[in-house]
Amino acid sequence: MNDMTPIAKFQTTIKDWETDQEVRWCPGCGDYAILKAVQRTLPEIGADPSKTVFVSGIGCSSRFPYYVESYGFHTIHGRAPAFATGIKLANPELDVWLITGDGDGMSIGGNHTMHILRRNVNTQILLFNNEIYGLTKGQYSPTSREGTNSPTSPLGSVDRPASPCAFALGAGARFIARGFDVSKELPSVLKAAHAHQGAAFVEIFQNCIVYNKDRFEDFAAPKGAEQNQLWVKHGEPMLFGSVKSGGIRGIALDTKTLSLKVVDVATSEDGTPDWQAAGVIVHNVKNRAVAHMLVEMPFGPFPMALGVIYDDPRPTYEATALAQDEQARAGKDANLAKLLGKGQTWTVGGTAADPV
Amino acid sequence: MATLADGPDALTGGKETPAPEAVVVRFAGDSGDGMQLTGGQFTLSTALAGNDLATFPDFPAEIRAPQGTLFGVSAFQINFGSTDIETAGDQPDVLVAMNPAALKTNVGALKAGGLIIADSGEFNKRNLEKAKYEVNPLEDGSLEKWQLLAFDISALTLEAVKPFGLGNKEALRCKNMWTLGLALWMFDRDRQPLIDWLNAKFKKSPVLAEANIAALNAGHAYGETAELAGPLKQYHIAPVESEPGLYRTVTGAEAISLGLVAGAQLAELPMFFGGYPITPASAILHNLAKLKEYGVTTFQAEDEIAAIASAIGASYAGQLGVTSSSGPGIALKGEAMGLAIMTELPLVIVNSQRGGPSTGLPTKTEQSDLYQAIYGRNGDAPMPVIAARSPADCFDVAIEACRIAVEYMTPVMLLTDGYIANAAEPWKVPDPSAYTPFPAKFLTEKNGPDGELLPFARDEKGARPWIKPGTPGLMHRIGGIEKNPGTGNIDYSPASHQIMTDARKAKVDGVAKGIPPQDIALGDESDTLAVVGWGSTYGPIHQAVRRARRKGLKVSHIHVRHVWPLPENLGDLLKGYDKILVPEMNTGQFKTVLRDQYLVDAKPLNKTSGQPFTIAEIEAAIMHALGGDIGGEVDADATQLPSIKSVNP
Ligand SMILES: Cc1ncc(C[n+]2csc(CCOP(=O)(O)OP(=O)(O)O)c2C)c(N)n1
Ligand code: SF4
Ligand SMILES: [Mg+2]
Repeated sequence: MNDMTPIAKFQTTIKDWETDQEVRWCPGCGDYAILKAVQRTLPEIGADPSKTVFVSGIGCSSRFPYYVESYGFHTIHGRAPAFATGIKLANPELDVWLITGDGDGMSIGGNHTMHILRRNVNTQILLFNNEIYGLTKGQYSPTSREGTNSPTSPLGSVDRPASPCAFALGAGARFIARGFDVSKELPSVLKAAHAHQGAAFVEIFQNCIVYNKDRFEDFAAPKGAEQNQLWVKHGEPMLFGSVKSGGIRGIALDTKTLSLKVVDVATSEDGTPDWQAAGVIVHNVKNRAVAHMLVEMPFGPFPMALGVIYDDPRPTYEATALAQDEQARAGKDANLAKLLGKGQTWTVGGTAADPV
Repeated sequence: MATLADGPDALTGGKETPAPEAVVVRFAGDSGDGMQLTGGQFTLSTALAGNDLATFPDFPAEIRAPQGTLFGVSAFQINFGSTDIETAGDQPDVLVAMNPAALKTNVGALKAGGLIIADSGEFNKRNLEKAKYEVNPLEDGSLEKWQLLAFDISALTLEAVKPFGLGNKEALRCKNMWTLGLALWMFDRDRQPLIDWLNAKFKKSPVLAEANIAALNAGHAYGETAELAGPLKQYHIAPVESEPGLYRTVTGAEAISLGLVAGAQLAELPMFFGGYPITPASAILHNLAKLKEYGVTTFQAEDEIAAIASAIGASYAGQLGVTSSSGPGIALKGEAMGLAIMTELPLVIVNSQRGGPSTGLPTKTEQSDLYQAIYGRNGDAPMPVIAARSPADCFDVAIEACRIAVEYMTPVMLLTDGYIANAAEPWKVPDPSAYTPFPAKFLTEKNGPDGELLPFARDEKGARPWIKPGTPGLMHRIGGIEKNPGTGNIDYSPASHQIMTDARKAKVDGVAKGIPPQDIALGDESDTLAVVGWGSTYGPIHQAVRRARRKGLKVSHIHVRHVWPLPENLGDLLKGYDKILVPEMNTGQFKTVLRDQYLVDAKPLNKTSGQPFTIAEIEAAIMHALGGDIGGEVDADATQLPSIKSVNP
């Protein structure tokens, strides 16, 4: 049961992962694109529908499990990480995907999000961040930007938003990635999350077309994407932009202030960017300090950091916990009759045999 | 029943001392004096001597209360005898007071004529001030109505352990063993098991073992010499007649833990236990964390919600999920219980009740979560509830909870309380092979008539199939949203909600068909008065009814284990009595349930002082009831273990 051999590749097609249930999201909702990206990813990673479990909390996003032809558990608001932890401890062979929203995972369930990450339960955690409470009709959420007008903040919200990725890193996550609903890169991010052994946290910006329309257009729109999106790749310089779109730029470390900065990158005669000269740093998924800086980069002066930002595995919770249990069990005789008669006992009438 | 205090001379060398049937001893001292340990070891020696017994440990809520203070007093009461003992005793016959604070908070409880053994060495100015005594009570005659034996236990202990060269503080730690030695002498007990225990406990430092043994022996020898000198007398309590077999003592928390292990084995399932620390429930998590080899996984969650959620997750994945808490934590679990009801997954929820609401009385007992257990969830959310009546009974009740959960695919709440959790009683060690197994069944193939999967099809008990994720071909989705009665797909239609609400209720109601009919614990099928209880009031009710019946009164005791759903014959049974009295450590919750279910005129007898009922309180209520004045409220009883009232009058 605790055998951690990788799950054998299983042959499926995208169709195999579709259920007969009518999808109930609003037309144009970003959740559709994420569903497709997941359904595209599952055959590619060789997932077995009968060993795959989608666990979710409550919210529009958390309806997700109903639409994936695998095992699915739609639980209660914010608590999906705790259900997932019990599932993994009971059967570590199950491949568990956790679907949550910015309200579900950062507000009511913030505590559980923290603990599944610090424990490092081997799951893929997809947080659909639409910066709004979709299901309850558009109230501002813990990730809503300051000044968000909503039914509960008619004059604009005054509380400052939390950054899910920064929160996850702070909680001790060993895998942080970002993507957005309609991005073609999303399946590759999901694949990396799945390959990571441990809690893999993926923030997916998602367009709530009804209550927070086009909130991420500033960086997600195809127009200007090159200049606005920094897709980080392990071992490659952090470059974005293009000559055509107004210049190649990169992320460098300002050694005086110990912070990141955007630098212009000149191209050499053959057109290759001379990023070394500009001091552009090479992305190393194991560099936690830089990961922190990347997820905190304010959009505007900086591009939006996307892709696998941090990936440095540690032993998983369930493997460690269950190995310890095995060790505790080793060589012990689990004889209940003996256990019941343990401690200082006495015999009445001298007729009772010691239980064996 | 003849007790030590029946005559003023009973314990102190009077001529015509009747051999007592039962004795109540209370050890009281500073939390640092090791009174719980002393009590525990005295309990063991009592059990080994073949007496029946019941104990009541009572300790302060503070972990390290300041030394010598009134609220830092820790007490341990034991009632033992040669007849059936079912309560820790109404009033002590003997009080061992290790300091002035212990005397002050406990002496009010002592029977008139009872014996006080006090360590005069601790009755110094500082300690007297801390206990708010203006003059030394050992000297001012204020203890006249009791027998007083005061001597300098501290000095005697120091003297006894002198050869071992311990520091003063360490040497004084042996005081409790000195006291125990004296108590062992008084009740004619064998010292050898204690000596063995001390040798084992201090294996790593033999000097401490020897010092403690020397103190124990010195206390014992003091008894012998003091007897020569006069006031102290030795007593032999005859062993109780009990069924032959192997016995041990067990606390409620231990018996629940063992019962859960047994229940999971009978269900042929691994057990997953998710918990979050809370008094008095933590002991179950502590116990189970040490029993990994029995197929137990324990998980200390980040809060009670995560604890139940992880347990439901484990049940979903095919293990027996169990969670445990006390009032405030049970409140947090409510929403998740609803999910377990809605998704129809097995789950055992243990509630070790304590005084409430809110934080209430963390270390005191109460039965006030009954409404919460039966009714305390949103929606029509029926759930079986069963209650343990004594520490040993917890074992069988835990097995029963597992059985119902697995057979009916439902969460079950097991009610116990702070009193049962901590108290100990002798237990005839059961033979696990004597219990009927109830192996869990998992669906392995599609179950629909047309070869389709119906996760919410029902068997003859109304239970749905248990489908483990990982089973090839049985992929399906479940959740808290209302569902189609067969497929389990989301279905909000009026018909579906009606059908599913009815089905959930019918299933839980049907649990009553699989339980034994309600029996009569003591008495006759129809009588003038039925005293109806549930949970830990069993002991005092039983003894009170027994006493009343001996006086020829027409009164019977009915004790209900299955508090929801109730046994099918209970309504008819109750209608056989002219009057119904329901003693409860709450403001009348079960009384309301009985009235609602059977339209009977059940009258409440309520007590909410954080202390168990005394036999006398219930006896008095029986007398009143038969005299026409039935029910009411029992005042906080100053003669019971230290309460706020006795500390801060
Ligand atoms: C205990 C509880 N409180 C409140 C709700 C109501 N509720 C349902 S979803 C939700 C917020 C969902 O927001 P989010 O997680 O961002 O999901 P989205 O709908 O935006 O995908 C709330 C407050 C609930 N279902 N349960
Ligand atoms: S409310 Fe927003 S998040 Fe919810 S389904 Fe509609 S578009 Fe999607
Ligand atoms: Mg949202």
